Formats: sequence, C-alpha cells, structure tokens
Amino acid sequence: MVTIRVCVGSSCHLKGSYEVIDLFKNEIKSRNLIDKVELKAAFCLNQCSHPGVAIQVNDKVIPGCSKETFHDIFEKEVMPLLA
Amino acid sequence: MKGNFDTQVQVLKYRVLRKVAESYLNGTLTKDINNIPKEISPGPKPTMRCCIYKERAIAAERVQLALGGNEKDPNTIEVIQAACDQCPLGGMEVTSACRGCLAHRCQQACPRNAISFGPDHRCQIDPNLCIKCGLCSKACQYGAIIKHVRPCETACKIHAIKPNEEGISVVDEEKCTRCGACSFACPFGAIMDKSYILKCLDMCKQNEEGKINAYMVVAPSVSSQFHYCKLTQVITGIERLGFHHVVEAALGADLVAYAESKELAEKGFLLSSCCPAFVRYVRTSFPELADHISHNLSPMARIAQYIKETDPKAKVCFVGPCIAKKMEQFREDSAPYVDCVITFEELQAMIDAKGIDLASLPETPLDNASYFGRIFARSGGLSDAVKEGIKEHGLEESFTPKTLNVSGLDNIRAALMQVKAGKNDFNFLEGMACAGGCIGGPCCLTHEIRDAADVDKYGHLSKETTIKGAVEGILAIHSWDDK
Repeated sequence: MVTIRVCVGSSCHLKGSYEVIDLFKNEIKSRNLIDKVELKAAFCLNQCSHPGVAIQVNDKVIPGCSKETFHDIFEKEVMPLLA
Repeated sequence: MKGNFDTQVQVLKYRVLRKVAESYLNGTLTKDINNIPKEISPGPKPTMRCCIYKERAIAAERVQLALGGNEKDPNTIEVIQAACDQCPLGGMEVTSACRGCLAHRCQQACPRNAISFGPDHRCQIDPNLCIKCGLCSKACQYGAIIKHVRPCETACKIHAIKPNEEGISVVDEEKCTRCGACSFACPFGAIMDKSYILKCLDMCKQNEEGKINAYMVVAPSVSSQFHYCKLTQVITGIERLGFHHVVEAALGADLVAYAESKELAEKGFLLSSCCPAFVRYVRTSFPELADHISHNLSPMARIAQYIKETDPKAKVCFVGPCIAKKMEQFREDSAPYVDCVITFEELQAMIDAKGIDLASLPETPLDNASYFGRIFARSGGLSDAVKEGIKEHGLEESFTPKTLNVSGLDNIRAALMQVKAGKNDFNFLEGMACAGGCIGGPCCLTHEIRDAADVDKYGHLSKETTIKGAVEGILAIHSWDDK
C-alpha cells in the first residue's frame, strides 16, 4: 500500500490543492490502483515557500506538484513503489 | 501592548495573563507566583480599590483564574468575591433633583400606587409596592428618579446571576449558559473566565520538542480583532508562538453547513448546534426541545476532528471571542477532538509575553474556508449557509428552508417559546447567545459595533465561493464514488 498525502493547508490550497487531489483521484482510478494507493489530506508539510502543492508519498515529502508536474511525479515517485 | 482594549478591566486581566505567561515561558512560574499581585499593584498608593492590600488580594485571585481557576467549581466563569463591589441592588431612588412639583407625573405613571408625597411635597416611593418598572423615572421631567440596576444582572438575559445575602453576585451554575455576558459587563472585573493559557503554552512547547503537532483553529471573527497589523501577520505570530499550523474554524463551519442542510431536509425541523451557550440553554431550560438540536458537531469540534483524521500527532487549540467554547471543550462530543480553548484576549497576552511584534512579522496566508463558512461569525450567517447548502445539494425542490436567526438569550427564549407552543413558522432556528452573533462575543479585544458587512467583506476574500468548493476536495478524498 502506498500512501499519498496532499497538503490542504492555506498556502497549498491557494496554489491548487483541490485540483491536485482531483488529478490523483482520476489517475488512481484510471490505472485501477484504488486497492493499492491510499489518498489522504494533510495540513502543512512545511513546504509553503515552494511553488506548487506539497505532497507526501509514503515518507517522502515532494514540493511543487501542479497540473504541469503531476504526471512526471506520478511516474517517478509513485509507480516505482508499486512495481 | 500594541492591542487596544475597550476597558481598563480588560487591560488589568491582560496584565495578569501576560505576567503568568511570561513567568511560565521563563520557567520561573512557581517562584514568581506570589509576587505577581505586587507587580500588578506596586503601591504605595492604591489605584483601583480602597487599599493596595485589597488590590493585591484580588490580583491573587486573578492569578488563580489565569492558572485554570477552581477545579471544584464546574462553571467556566467565577465571581471573584472580593472584587464584587456589591453594587446597589436594583431599585428606584428619588434624588435631590426632585423639586416637589404640582404635576405628579411620576404618580400618574406608577402602575402600583407606590408613590406618595411628603410634607416637603417631594416624591416618596414605597419599596414594598415598587416593582422597579422605571416608568416614574421616564415620566419625571427633571430626571430626578434614578433606576439602579446591577450591570451583571442587566447583562444576563436569563436571570442566572443574583445577589446573595451579603449583596455579592452569585451565578446559578445550573441555569448559566456560560455566554459570558456578565463577565464583560461587570465594571469591577469581578466576573472572570477560567484560563487555559498554560495548557496552550505547554502545547507549543511539546510542538517545538517534536512530540506533537500543535494546530491552532481560529474563529472567523479573528478578521476584526487585531487592528494594528494584518491578519496574515497574526497567523505568522501564532506559528512563532509555537504552533505547527493554523486552520480556519470556518472550514469546520463549511463542513457543518454541508451536513446540517442535509440533516434539515431529512428531519424537517432543526435547532442549530454551533453555539455552545445556545445548546446548553435549550438542554437546561427547554429540555423537551433538546431532540431537535442538530446532531452535527460545532464548527470548532468538526474541524478539530478532521485535523485529527489527517494527522495522528495532532493536538488542537481553538482561539475565539467565546467563553462558552471553554465549556464545550469538555463536553462529551467535543472532548476527543479539542484539547484547549483560549480567547483573543489571551492570545494577545501570550504573543506579547513571548515578545512577538506582530506588525513587524512576514505574512502567512490563511485560506481554507468558503465565504459561507466565514459568515458564521455574524448572526444570520449560519442560516444563509444552510440555505446555500440546501441549494448546493439540489434539495431546493423537495424542501424549502424557512430560517429564523435570533441572537441574545432573551430573543432566543421568545423563539423557543414559539416552538414549544407549536406556533413557529420557521423550520430552522439559528440561535447565537451573544448579541449580533460571535462578533459580539465577550472576549473580543474590542467590542465596537461592527457592521455585519465587514464580516461579509472578509468572507468574499475566500478562494472558495461555494460550500461544496470548500469541502468536497477534502471530503472526496475519503470516498471513491463519483460526484
């Protein structure tokens, strides 16, 4: 099981947390990963000064998630853990 | 102190809280505790009471309240007996301004024939007949008749505070809703709320040691509190105090409005559950209506619950203008989620005790909630949000919400009497114990009359314009069903 936490603190919320949540939900569904990935919210992962939304994949905090970087992050940070 | 308070009573309370917080932060509280009253009243001449010894004795009682107060007293507010000035009991007094006129309008106005005239032709009131209605006072063209009222008794709209045999005000613990109106009204500062600032500062310490993640949940009325700096600087200040993160209670309000509007459409009639003083008033004075209270948590408890779902290391402290929330933190339904409650006055004292200069701090954004969550701070905001919730759930055609918003316990009583008699033409009652809603709360830094429009203005600054927009992102995370 991979746990992904999306920051919904004020700073990330303004930078589009909810869009990132939707991207994850759609991706997890379309790849049939519902049983393998757990999606959660988090309040503040201490990456407020970075552009984009902070996420945490298992123990690793990754700043800068956005529409543009999402697919790259999913391929590089999430998929290898499921292999 | 940069903040402005309305009254010198607030300033005095603030000075005590600040001293206690400073000593705690220095690690010298046990040593300092007996010296704080002397620092508050250094003497040699008294500045507030008959002598410095009385001043210091009262200050010592204030220190006790700052440390959490009397554990055996179940109330959240305590009367400091030595501080109660035993104001004149309610009654009419004829002053020397009475000229002994011929008109006797006072006598005409009196419904109980309590007024007669002495050999000097001046007005005399028989205290056994007088019902203290005040009509004679209004009728006198010289303003010669004064109606004495105790400010605490006037403030308590449900008559839960009365003088004892010695003339000292005593709170009827069972009847009292903990709204705190008497506390702000008392001109001698004799009625004070118990403080949990040490618990709050301990949370900050544990957070800094990495043992917990301390979250501060701020009431939406925060927007009108700190006039000397920006709200975004207050948020930075709270984090500097030692908090991990700050979250809007208004997001809890969004979650409540989303669920409560659905509950209303299902049940057909509801009393709101947001204001803990209102909830307590219904339960104690109208127990037959208690089943109608919404089963939703208050916004404070709901957001605290959500925070704890996202973070197992979380501890939550709420800050607001409210004394009744200090009671709610111990209520069975809220206790698992809310670890501490403080007021804006206390936040100011702690920030100053730590030497944090808010106006010089960088800004930290605060934006979790929607417009509708934020307007919970004013009377009518919850009703608006529930109506919006019905609309957003698409329930408009099957259910028409008829809301009534009442603030002030006297108005609440009138509305509940209607419900009791089955004569209500509304199906949702929004009850807020403080006049005007939370923006009229007893522990606001300032209590100037605020236009509800100011609250709405702050609401419109939210990124999210709908309740759904604010809550679906975080709720949907737990469900894989399509919207």
